Amino acid sequence: MDTCPSIKNILLLDSEGKRVAVKYYSNDWPTNSAKEAFEKAVFTKTQKTNARTEAEIAMLEGNVIVYKFVQDLHFFVTGGEDENELILATVLQGFFDAVGLLLRGNVDKKEALENLDLILLCLDEIVDGGIILETDANVIAGKVASHSVDVGAPLSEQTISQALATAREHLTRSLLK
Amino acid sequence: MAQPLVKKDDDRDDEEYSPFLGIEKGAVLQEARVFNDPQLDPRRCSQVITKLLYLLNQGETFTKIEATEVFFAVTKLFQSRDIGLRRMVYLMIKELSPSADEVIIVTSSLMKDMTSKTDMYRANAIRVLCRITDGTLLTQIERYLKQAIVDKNPVVASAALVSGIHLLETTPEIVKRWSNEVQEAVQSRAALVQFHALALLHQIRQNDRLAVSKLVTSLTRGTVRSPLAQCLLIRYTTQVIREAATTQTGDRPFYDFLESCLRHKAEMVIFEAARAITELNGVTNRELTPAITVLQLFLSSSKPVLRFAAVRTLNKVAMTHPMAVTNCNIDMESLISDQNRSIATLAITTLLKTGNESSVDRLMKQITNFMSDIADEFKIVVVEAIRSLCLKFPLKYRSLMNFLSNILREEGGFEYKKAIVDSIVILIRDIPDAKENGLLHLCEFIEDCEFTYLSTQILHFLGTEGPKTSDPSKYIRYIYNRVHLENATVRAAAVSTLAKFGAMVDALKPRVFVLLRRCLYDGDDEVRDRATLYLNTVGSDGEVIETDKVVKDFLFGSLDIPLANIETSLKNYEPAEQPFDINSVPKEVKTQPLAEKKAPGKKPAGLGAPPSGPPSTVDAYEKLLSSIPEFSDFGKLFKSSAPVELTEAETEYAVNVVKHIFDRHVVFQYNCTNTIPEQLLENVTVIVDASEAEEFAEVASKPLRSLPYDSPGQIFGAFEKPEGVPAVGKFSNMLRFIVKEVDPTTGDVEDDGVEDEYQLEDLEVVAADYVMKVGVSNFRNAWESIGPDFERVDEYGLGPRESLAEAVSAVISLLGMQPCEGTEVVANNSRSHTCLLSGVFIGNVKVLVRLQFGIDGPKEVAMKLAVRSEDDNVSDMIHEIVASG
Repeated sequence: MDTCPSIKNILLLDSEGKRVAVKYYSNDWPTNSAKEAFEKAVFTKTQKTNARTEAEIAMLEGNVIVYKFVQDLHFFVTGGEDENELILATVLQGFFDAVGLLLRGNVDKKEALENLDLILLCLDEIVDGGIILETDANVIAGKVASHSVDVGAPLSEQTISQALATAREHLTRSLLK
Repeated sequence: MAQPLVKKDDDRDDEEYSPFLGIEKGAVLQEARVFNDPQLDPRRCSQVITKLLYLLNQGETFTKIEATEVFFAVTKLFQSRDIGLRRMVYLMIKELSPSADEVIIVTSSLMKDMTSKTDMYRANAIRVLCRITDGTLLTQIERYLKQAIVDKNPVVASAALVSGIHLLETTPEIVKRWSNEVQEAVQSRAALVQFHALALLHQIRQNDRLAVSKLVTSLTRGTVRSPLAQCLLIRYTTQVIREAATTQTGDRPFYDFLESCLRHKAEMVIFEAARAITELNGVTNRELTPAITVLQLFLSSSKPVLRFAAVRTLNKVAMTHPMAVTNCNIDMESLISDQNRSIATLAITTLLKTGNESSVDRLMKQITNFMSDIADEFKIVVVEAIRSLCLKFPLKYRSLMNFLSNILREEGGFEYKKAIVDSIVILIRDIPDAKENGLLHLCEFIEDCEFTYLSTQILHFLGTEGPKTSDPSKYIRYIYNRVHLENATVRAAAVSTLAKFGAMVDALKPRVFVLLRRCLYDGDDEVRDRATLYLNTVGSDGEVIETDKVVKDFLFGSLDIPLANIETSLKNYEPAEQPFDINSVPKEVKTQPLAEKKAPGKKPAGLGAPPSGPPSTVDAYEKLLSSIPEFSDFGKLFKSSAPVELTEAETEYAVNVVKHIFDRHVVFQYNCTNTIPEQLLENVTVIVDASEAEEFAEVASKPLRSLPYDSPGQIFGAFEKPEGVPAVGKFSNMLRFIVKEVDPTTGDVEDDGVEDEYQLEDLEVVAADYVMKVGVSNFRNAWESIGPDFERVDEYGLGPRESLAEAVSAVISLLGMQPCEGTEVVANNSRSHTCLLSGVFIGNVKVLVRLQFGIDGPKEVAMKLAVRSEDDNVSDMIHEIVASG
């Protein structure tokens, strides 16, 4: 208890309990099958609850799990038994809101998979090796979305990259309509 | 059959489009070749990395070769200046966790990024490099890391600090050199930098209590910006409080700080502080009140996480301070119907702990509605809470017992059913009024019980309790039904139970015998054997005669020998003419050798431990003693004491002694070790002066021919004493020997020796040496079966003691008896304690002791000692031990 608050894992599952993106920081689940078994247990335990307006909480296998659902996405943050529940909830809220900002409000599985790079970067910015890096959704999203170009880049390359970025923007817009 | 399946898949694809549909590792690895293109397409490359990361995230693994290839390809991407792509490259490198020789390839690129002007590059490069690096590389980049810690960009500073926390585990000596920079970062205006700096600083200094205390003192006065840092500070503060509490008295230091945190604006800080206060050692009600008040507010929060956190903490408080939580009962009751089942269960169990007699019925009604839709693990928690509630309010047993029997009938797993059965059994034992009712509930349960273990347990319990009820005959039907309907294990248990009824209740004997005779035709060996045994021993003619007490004891008496001892004895038993004698099995409960309190710091095993085995095992002693012809006619060894040191640690000769008690003799076994390499001792004897031990007379001694350096040897001395009498006395000991010089290099021994003596400490034989640790399985039953004929009760003042626990353990070790039912453990902060001890006095007299302790303000401990035994003198003797101790 005298130690730093720590996060054991962050899970983003779909409405059938399949992985969209997960990140484990502790060695409690050493193999992929152990991880999958844990995800299945968490999913089944929380499936029937209504965690859409407020984050919910459960205990499983000596862990505290806070979770929140939106559309067909289930967000989970796991911590140790003695962890301050409100710290876990803050991390969950940071992740949840940052994903919302990055996906511009269209938070569902399809959008999340199409922007999986953003989701993975987002996870990377929230927790580093179990230690909380940042919990403010705006800061997290800001760090992930800084797709501007290196100031030191030569002018020619810069224009090309920018052109590509713009093209990409147009493409996704037209696809989404 | 295949056709529709495919179609279904197609349908799903339409509605659930995924960019990764049909993705294949091989194909993606092929795609990764674009990383090698001279004209890099950053977008394309990002996509490929995302695909690779997706595969890894789904649990796909790369072979060593594949991983190496991908790694080398990815390193090429450092050429691109696209920030988005670079971010993906960082992620990929971390995921691949390259080997040491691969790390070298990217080191220079990452070090370049670490010194880049772009903050994002610096921060990420630090995290990546510290993740994959080893100690040798760290010294090269240490300078940059120290700079980064105090970087004005908070992201960079945090990245360096967090990396520092990770590196502290592998290369602490390097990270510890950064403490000046970290100290500076603690003062940072950026909230999270402060949090990370504080965490790292504390971890650097965690073994230095003074430094931690100073850190806490300065920070609790200053301003901490981040709620997370404030939580950390609360944790460190409680650590300081805990360590200070043992030395200081009066007002608790830093309590005011914790209390002020209850008014912080961030909920996580308020909660952390409230929880910290409830967990303080020996927290007073006055200290608790403000924490309970904020937790009570959380109970009615709209956020489930907040309610859960509060109710979980209050639940823990209710275990030690139930009265402090009663104020929250109304809020708690509204949580029984909470959507979140975890919250509801915690609320229920808290209420059961804090509830009063009048609210029991109402509570039970609410719980009944809710039991059906919670998981088994929660049900067990509820059952356990109800059990303790019932013991607290025995008058309410009727409604609680009904509740238990109702849930026993419902569906449930083994652990749950076992918890219910255990609860009913405990209630029957402790509340006499509940007995008949409870037994019938159990009878009904075994009529339809799918768990063999529970059936046999209940049958055994019925056999013990059933015959003592007013109408034992009504249980027979339930028991005999088992003989018809169940598997062999349960049938055998039922036969034993029937026989018990027959043996205990004479009126039922003829009828029980008729039933037992039918069991002789059972298909199972064990069932038939048991029936035959009982028919032949309990009295085969079916006459109404009282069964012999000896037979009863043989068949149904409790086995007062530890099972582990029987097991070793049976393993040692060699098939021979002589049958196995159960009386030869040692009854002493084996314990770990304890270091004598008088000699702190000594090696617990004792230097002179006999080479034949660990010093405390009775078997080893018995074997050793029986191999010495002089002691062969002493009879059976009653007890061997733990080794008592007779010399200080680190002296020339180390001697300890083990006291072996026989019925008419005492044998001292001196374990001697010579610790001087230049000496050889010969004709070593112990001269024992028994002038202060009048009842003892020396009959034999067995000296040691020679005692070379560092090879322990034993000397024995035997004394005769009056039979069966716990004679006590003091013996002074002198080691006498001939010293011969030895050349330690060659091992040559000089021919001439000098006679010398060495004074040893005195040795005492005390009354506790005549008491053997023998546990009983059920103290209450044993206590009642001995009866009050030779009960002796008296009160003693033990004077000022450090704590109740210390007083209890002192009396236990004084008496040398076995604590029963875990009563040797004293709950934290309790003002009174009851301790149950059992043992066997020499002459095979069973002794039970009930100790009641109380402590008042200035640590004065008083004790009431009640002794029951089968012998008047023995009861008095126990009192004498305490009175003189």
